[in-house]
Amino acid sequence: MAALLDIHDLRVSFQTRDGVVHAVDGVSTSVDRGKTLGLVGESGSGKSVTALSVIGLTRLPNAEVSGQVLFDGTDLLQLSSERLQSVRGPRIAMIFQDPLSSLHPLYRVGWQIEEAILAHEQVSRRAARARAVDAMRAVEMPNPAELVDRYPHELSGGMRQRAMIAMALVLNPDVLIADEPTTALDVTVQAQILELIRSLQHDFDTAVVLITHDFGVIAETADEVAVMYAGRIVEQGPIDTILEAPEHPYTWGLLQSIPRLDTPRRDRLEPITGTPPSLVYPPTGCHFHPRCPYVMPMCRTMDPELLQSDPGHFVACHLPVAERRRIWQELRPKPAEAA
Amino acid sequence: MARYIVRRLAWAVVMLVVVSALTFLIFYTFPSADPAALRAGRQATPQLIEQIRHALGLDKPVYEQFFIYMKNLGLHFDLGYSYQNNVPVRQEIFARLPATISLTAGAFVVWMLIGIPVGVLSAIRPRSVGDRVAMGGALVGISAPVYWLGLVALFLFASDIGKVHLFGGAGSYVPLTQDPGGWVKSLILPWFVLAAAFAAFYARMVRGNLIEVMGEDYIRTARAKGLPERRVILRHGLRAALTPIVTIAGLDIGILLGGAVLTETVFNIPGVGRFAYDSIVNSDLPAIQGTVLFGALFIIVANLIVDIAYAFLDPRVRY
Amino acid sequence: MNELLVVRDLVKEFVVNRGVLFGRDSAVVHAVDGVSFEVQRGETLGLVGETGCGKTTTARLVTRLIEPTKGQIVYDGIDITHRSRRKLRPIRREVQMIFQDPYSSLNPRRPVGAIIAEPLRIQGIGTKAERRRRVAEVMDRVGLHPEHYNRYPHEFSGGQRQRIGIARAIVTSPKLIVADEPVSALDVSIQAQVLNLLQDLRDDLGLTLVFISHNLSVVRHLCDRVAVMYLGKIVELADPDRLYGEPKHPYTGALLSAVPVPSVEARRTRRLALHGDVPSPTNPPRACRFHTRCPKAQALCSEVEPPLERTGSAAQLAACHFPLTRGEAAELVTAERFRADSGDAAA
Repeated sequence: MAALLDIHDLRVSFQTRDGVVHAVDGVSTSVDRGKTLGLVGESGSGKSVTALSVIGLTRLPNAEVSGQVLFDGTDLLQLSSERLQSVRGPRIAMIFQDPLSSLHPLYRVGWQIEEAILAHEQVSRRAARARAVDAMRAVEMPNPAELVDRYPHELSGGMRQRAMIAMALVLNPDVLIADEPTTALDVTVQAQILELIRSLQHDFDTAVVLITHDFGVIAETADEVAVMYAGRIVEQGPIDTILEAPEHPYTWGLLQSIPRLDTPRRDRLEPITGTPPSLVYPPTGCHFHPRCPYVMPMCRTMDPELLQSDPGHFVACHLPVAERRRIWQELRPKPAEAA
Repeated sequence: MARYIVRRLAWAVVMLVVVSALTFLIFYTFPSADPAALRAGRQATPQLIEQIRHALGLDKPVYEQFFIYMKNLGLHFDLGYSYQNNVPVRQEIFARLPATISLTAGAFVVWMLIGIPVGVLSAIRPRSVGDRVAMGGALVGISAPVYWLGLVALFLFASDIGKVHLFGGAGSYVPLTQDPGGWVKSLILPWFVLAAAFAAFYARMVRGNLIEVMGEDYIRTARAKGLPERRVILRHGLRAALTPIVTIAGLDIGILLGGAVLTETVFNIPGVGRFAYDSIVNSDLPAIQGTVLFGALFIIVANLIVDIAYAFLDPRVRY
Repeated sequence: MNELLVVRDLVKEFVVNRGVLFGRDSAVVHAVDGVSFEVQRGETLGLVGETGCGKTTTARLVTRLIEPTKGQIVYDGIDITHRSRRKLRPIRREVQMIFQDPYSSLNPRRPVGAIIAEPLRIQGIGTKAERRRRVAEVMDRVGLHPEHYNRYPHEFSGGQRQRIGIARAIVTSPKLIVADEPVSALDVSIQAQVLNLLQDLRDDLGLTLVFISHNLSVVRHLCDRVAVMYLGKIVELADPDRLYGEPKHPYTGALLSAVPVPSVEARRTRRLALHGDVPSPTNPPRACRFHTRCPKAQALCSEVEPPLERTGSAAQLAACHFPLTRGEAAELVTAERFRADSGDAAA
């Protein structure tokens, strides 16, 4: 069955004063109905730009976008701006990281939700308002009839993000793209919001693309994971596989360098050496090679392709599969032994 | 909020008292000519001047003069009598107010109708040819002195001396109630001349604010909702960009109501500004004081209105 | 005396004026509402909590950037609670702070060498040449190139700027450093680098550290003891093994169960879901601040405020009338529990 959203060889570059920034450098991935795709990476990995490009928010004078984004059979990159407007909202919705700056400060939240409805459906204002209140109730906002007339700054961070989710889901889109939806929130609120997204997805069979830098969030929510680095996907696969048997040195590095609650306290963290690469002059060959502890001569000259290692598990690395598996066996965090 | 307004009104009164006192002090300490001599006129004899001095109370000690002045002002709203023609200053000013209001209101409409669209169009296509032309024109508009612009306008378009006989010349002002057609004809040139600098300034401001606002996250959200671009620019972008501009516009109106001296003089419009100019030339002390106070009053009130309006325009502001 | 820093019943109130004319209807935010702890020499104390818990305010109080409303702060035996700015200056040589945002905590108009040298200059330490040498030494120590002395902050990456902030904090050879979310604004791979750096510096220089963060995993990794704060109070204080392995306070339990862990088993852990939002700090709940959201709350909790005291083990303090039982805690904590003293690891 064809995926609902299918991205082929997406490339996005921006012309800036410092040169051409290759933000997305050949990304191919997909997401199915009712499933969650997690895009993991640090800043500069291209995960946000990928998401923005799906709904055409990178159509800027200084940007070049190529590739294919197939949504339900149609290539979104080829759609005119007008036709794209009818996709944004009712078919594909997006929520962003900071709900305080992402909601208009001068309009009430209810009005902003109504606006989303009225832009795409021929209903009366009263009907739109009723639906806005229902949407707010569905995202578990207490007292929706009262909160609907509040301004964003009058709500707490968690409430604001719920309002954004309500606004995104009020038209029952097929796909929800969430760009770091919980990064700006407290951890207990984050848990509530992730739970909310999960249950709404379950109820409405929405496909979710969740962008984050937090592997813990991915573990909680994603079915499929794509790990991105310097504009490329370096590893992709089912969540269990990526967490238990990752096969890319960057993924290893990420998992090694974060302190975790479920493994013993270590003496030191194992950071990834070096610094994130320039996107104007990315490293030749494998973008990760300057920081890779297992670098080989061919890594500097040849781009590794995303090749299947296990069913559904793709890795872009020149290291032989057997070698990768061996290394991971040594690196993996071990559960505690008796102290 | 109510408490805030009460407090501001109280302060407004204090400000007015302070301005009045300062005005008095300034004019008392730096007279340009002896008011009594001025009043006495050409054939003045020393005795006449002395008589007038006494009649005007100018021989009393400073603090007594000040006290009388403030008492008249506060209790009777009496601004004294003009030295020129012995008419109450208050009456003169009120008579001239309609002309100034006509000029200000019209100019305001013109500069907003020109400045805002130009600013918006420049902002949505920054660094384009249109943008550069518009901003270049704005620079000219701001730099050109208003009296020069006025004279050029008269030279080109005035019905009596202009190259093209289109609009009323200097001195052609008639009140609205008297002759609407003539009123408009006489004010078109002054409106555009006065509006020129403001339109230019506001176009630049709108452009700057809007460019900044369009980079905000909530604009991205609006687009992600699938709203048409026009709505995003106007309802989301311009709405946010205009808030500070509305407040500045309020202040500008307040200042202009005190008299657009240069414009009124060039076009010989009998407004408060022209009156102020004439009073200065003639060293007509009470009249000068009166116009200064009026100007201050309008500015203080405009400030108050603008601050209150801001709370309505931006819900994040709360008093 | 081994305590470098002692804080007793610290209170900080901020007045938010609603009444305009006569100051009536003033709302008061109890940012810190009776906080007590000690920090031993060479120890690293972590302060964790969510928005509005008061941890940043506590950091500012301890470094005397602000003055407490009530309570006492004793540094190295000296009462600095209400000392004047002038009298605090010699103390400031020994107590330094690292800030969260590497982009706004460095003056963009000054070269980084000058930024790092400034504490020396203010304290009147050394000649210009000596200061310059010290700055180069410190820059090298934190992993920066000393030749970049004359560069400006915007020429550095976020991680490097944070290193500059750290260099500035250690240049006077302080004894106590208060770090307010020093890695929260950094990318994950850089976080690890900077945390290692902090750890090395702490060990090499014998620093005492107060580490503030909302990231529970980071705090567990770095700290010798952890204090959990909620609405201006400390609700639990213990070493990481106990706190994370067997939390006593329900709020700690809720926090721990909310942290997403990158593990497959973690997806199936029970969660203590907290409903609603943190109450407003201008009108905190009576008695136990947490009782409005606590699943174990009973009548007593809204009448009598629970003191911070020992629960079972001497080294674990919690402010709760009905602390979590072992079984309840076990359900909330992810995967393994580690008991340093008893040596048993339960699955």
